[in-house]
Amino acid sequence: MLQYKNHEEKLRVAGTMNYTVSEMESIARKIRGKIVEMSHQSATPHVGSSLSCVDILVAAYWGFLKIDPQNPTHPNRDRLILSKGHAAAALYISLEQRGFFPAEYLATYAKDGGNLPEHPSPGCAPGVEVASGSLGHGLPLGLGMTLAGRIQDNCYRVYVVMSDGECNEGSVWEAAMLAPAHKLENLSAIVDFNRWQATGRSEEVTSLSSIRDKFEAFGWSSYDVDGHDIKSLIDVLENVPDGTGKPVAIIAHTIKGKGISFMEDDNNWHYRIPTHEEVIMAKKELELI
Amino acid sequence: MRNAFSEELTSLAVKDQRIVLLSGDIGNRLFDNFKSECPDRFFNCGVAEANMTGMAAGMALCDLRPVTYTIAAFNTVRCLEQIRIDVCYHNLPVIIVGVGGGLSYASLNATHHSLEDIAFLRMLPNMTVICPGDAWEVRAALHAALNHDGPVYIRMGKKNEPLIHSALPDFTIGKGIIVQRGTDICLIGTGNMLPTAIQAADELEKRGISVQVVSLHTVKPLDKKLLTEAFAKFSLVATIEEHSISGGLGGSIAEWLVEQPHLKARFHRFGTSDSFMYNAGKQDYAQKYFGLTPEQIVEKITELQQNSTQINRKSLQT
Repeated sequence: MLQYKNHEEKLRVAGTMNYTVSEMESIARKIRGKIVEMSHQSATPHVGSSLSCVDILVAAYWGFLKIDPQNPTHPNRDRLILSKGHAAAALYISLEQRGFFPAEYLATYAKDGGNLPEHPSPGCAPGVEVASGSLGHGLPLGLGMTLAGRIQDNCYRVYVVMSDGECNEGSVWEAAMLAPAHKLENLSAIVDFNRWQATGRSEEVTSLSSIRDKFEAFGWSSYDVDGHDIKSLIDVLENVPDGTGKPVAIIAHTIKGKGISFMEDDNNWHYRIPTHEEVIMAKKELELI
Repeated sequence: MRNAFSEELTSLAVKDQRIVLLSGDIGNRLFDNFKSECPDRFFNCGVAEANMTGMAAGMALCDLRPVTYTIAAFNTVRCLEQIRIDVCYHNLPVIIVGVGGGLSYASLNATHHSLEDIAFLRMLPNMTVICPGDAWEVRAALHAALNHDGPVYIRMGKKNEPLIHSALPDFTIGKGIIVQRGTDICLIGTGNMLPTAIQAADELEKRGISVQVVSLHTVKPLDKKLLTEAFAKFSLVATIEEHSISGGLGGSIAEWLVEQPHLKARFHRFGTSDSFMYNAGKQDYAQKYFGLTPEQIVEKITELQQNSTQINRKSLQT
């Protein structure tokens, strides 16, 4: 295992607070409600994809990330890259809820001239590490950030949240090949494995059912996790690096549209915009009203 | 040019801990000194240019100054999306170095020709495009690029190109260098065609035509002041580049020129045509194939000058 100078001292960058699992679950429900509401208000798609990764983001921002919303550019902060940029709404709402920016800022989402486009743009908000939208960019960027940390003797971790459809992109596998060669144990890929991509079952479009084996074969340490079980996600991700000296791939098994019964596992919600009545129904289910 | 690049980068990297070199599995032995001086800042990224470019952007986001290096065609068009989004959209100080620009690797076939790279890269917002004319300009360009707060593409030749300068020239991004003064026509060379421009000028001088030669090392941003003066002063301005006449230096000047008030000079672009070269052949063969030898350039310019003289006589008669 690689040793970093002042490891423990450097880790203590963040205002990490201790939340209970039930508190985090409640935050996740609130974020889901806002996703549906914001999609309706702004007539923007990708509700299903956003709902799918909410628990991953909550586990990250309220659980395992060493970050400080008051100091979002701290050089030794952990970095989370939302490589599946089409779930931007989930990221923006999470960052707002975590205190990176106020609610008024979030209100500019997808508005003409607003700061927050439907996919994140560079520096669009405190806490947004990179622009994304075009798929397959996050893992190479994260790899570069992880190597930069090693060069600069910083010990931060880098987490790249990808969709399973995104793993169609060759650049994902270019990065997947290089990272283990450099023993980048501080790099993690979290695949939001909801088994859907824009127009079909992901394992039918390409052979993705063996995605964990693929990462293993490329030299990664890998884990299957229930992507909606916040405690399990934190348990695994708090243990990165995992002592193997390898980068870590988390296959987070998720349900597209998770949390709202009439959206769950229905790929129409990749593009569909909820009506006012559907927003009410969703919020009732989430026990928000 | 590549040896000068490696030497200069190594000496800069020893002083500047932010410099990181990423190579696309090329430059066998070329970077031995860099590797021994800065072992933790050299990465052979393998034959995977998209990932290499994304990595460089990730490093630049962490305040490093990464330099990516591989064959020009592969370090540009192959990974254009990563350059566009990861590097240019984020406006990061990543230096993309292409070795073997233009027809430097002519003999390896069109997969290794880089005749569209200037066009693609100069289209990208925030990008600066530099084509150094000799090894001294490579060194100077590298200094300038490292002091520039944004993406830079440096398009080099290969090795053993003739030296035009005898020391580090006064080099500013976006400002051409007058290499030779003249009064009749102006030849603007960029990149590894600068020596060809000078050879053509020498021959034209023998034929009684006084030629100004400019090294327009920066294709983007264009030196509009220099161009305005040249088009006002000379009867003919011609660009010479190992790149398609569409979209390269000549194409870029043509775009600018069409929106200028009427200027005196006629304009001609020497470059490659809208075609691949399918035959075998070394660089000098390929240059001849595309009409880029000094002799072909001299013939064409002589013809253009004669035509314009005839036109002038006709207009005098009427």
